[in-house]
Amino acid sequence: MRRTYHLIALLIVITFISFDASAQCKGFAKKMCKPELTPYIHDGNYHAALLLEGEEADLYKTFYSGQEYRLAVCGGAELPDIEFKVYDAAKNLLYDNTKDNNSRVWDFKMQSSQQLKIEIKVPVSPKPAEEPMEGCVSIMFGFKDTGE
Amino acid sequence: MTRILKIYTMPFLLALFVIVSLNSCDSGGGSGDESKDQAKSKGQDYDQNLTELDTSLYNSFFGNDELSEDIEQAKKIFHSIPSPLETAMLLKSAGAEYDDVLLNSNDNVERYTSTKSMALNLGIYTTDLSFASLFNYTQTAMDYMKAAKSMAEGLDITDAIDNETLELLEENLNQRDVVMDIISETFLNSSSYLKENKREDVAAIVLVGGWIEGLYLATKLVGDEPIKGNSLVDRILEQKLAFDIVRKVLADNLENENGKQNPDIVSLVTQLQPLKEAFDKVKVTTTEAKSVQGANQVSTIMSKTTVEVEPKDFEQIKVVVDQIRTSFIQ
Repeated sequence: MRRTYHLIALLIVITFISFDASAQCKGFAKKMCKPELTPYIHDGNYHAALLLEGEEADLYKTFYSGQEYRLAVCGGAELPDIEFKVYDAAKNLLYDNTKDNNSRVWDFKMQSSQQLKIEIKVPVSPKPAEEPMEGCVSIMFGFKDTGE
Repeated sequence: MTRILKIYTMPFLLALFVIVSLNSCDSGGGSGDESKDQAKSKGQDYDQNLTELDTSLYNSFFGNDELSEDIEQAKKIFHSIPSPLETAMLLKSAGAEYDDVLLNSNDNVERYTSTKSMALNLGIYTTDLSFASLFNYTQTAMDYMKAAKSMAEGLDITDAIDNETLELLEENLNQRDVVMDIISETFLNSSSYLKENKREDVAAIVLVGGWIEGLYLATKLVGDEPIKGNSLVDRILEQKLAFDIVRKVLADNLENENGKQNPDIVSLVTQLQPLKEAFDKVKVTTTEAKSVQGANQVSTIMSKTTVEVEPKDFEQIKVVVDQIRTSFIQ
């Protein structure tokens, strides 16, 4: 009986913790990633998820001619530096942050409108650990106010 | 020892049970929200009787190889629809003029009682609010923030737009940067709340509402100007690219965890299908892109995009957008 109680208590605590962990990404995105967009204006969209070391994610978005954007990709302190690459629809590589000191931001402007793909990877930490680390990863876009 | 453990464990378990139960009620995406919706849904705005997409409509709206590719991938995929603030900015940068007659009247807020209509009009009012702010129509911006607040409250999105937000907006109405930051923050609060409470379908509907409102404003403001060399026309036609992403977001949210189709998404697909057919007649071609690093640390993505459409097909887009937007605000 005692064992059953412990098991139920453990399950409830795990549920509660996982709910909380998910909710933390919102706070992480607002407090840790949004400031990276300054002086650009955040578009207001929310793209964040809990990712494990070694996990990848893709984001597709249309970018418009004449607009200037800042892309920010941020990972929690428990994760290694997040790697990201930007491709056009024909899979031509346009940017790779590992060739730019693992920068968290990239500023760019579009000569013409097109859809781009942002490929995000949480690298595996060089320090061996029993369990792979998990943390929030947030992708945010800012744009410039283009006129009075 | 066993007895002591029992005495201490029982209240602890009960307390945890109450906390977790409250949490799951608050998270809203599940049965609690459904029953609330059922109560509200008598006479709601399903303008089609379909509760499930048939194969023909499914294939026509979603069917292409690229979509199937994404579904097969195991990794997390995000699709980003232009937000209301970005939509309004794109309109302004393409040379649109402000006309408040085109906005959805904030007197209409009482009409919206179903989850779908409140979500669509949260997006619509946020685009109208952004549009008014960008053109410095400050009192209109204030009124539309209140309309958006009403929709957010109806959707049980707590704290996205509170009285403090309205006060902050009122105090800073003449500082456009601050106003845009407030709009961006409130939209982030709404979308993150919905996504983190497993209501991604509602978040998707909000974005579709905001995006259609931008398209509606653009198609009304373009008037009967010639198509060639008109940057507002180009901006409208380029939305074919954003519409591809809209379709993917709807595909992601069509089925719930039990494999049952979401009636709100089904009805939205039926409403948007004529736009799919109209955009199918637009040809968008893009040359390969290359990135050139500028002196100011800003890269330029160099490429050329060509958009082709027959004048009668452009007129059809304008008609279809008007019909869709009318159905959204009814």
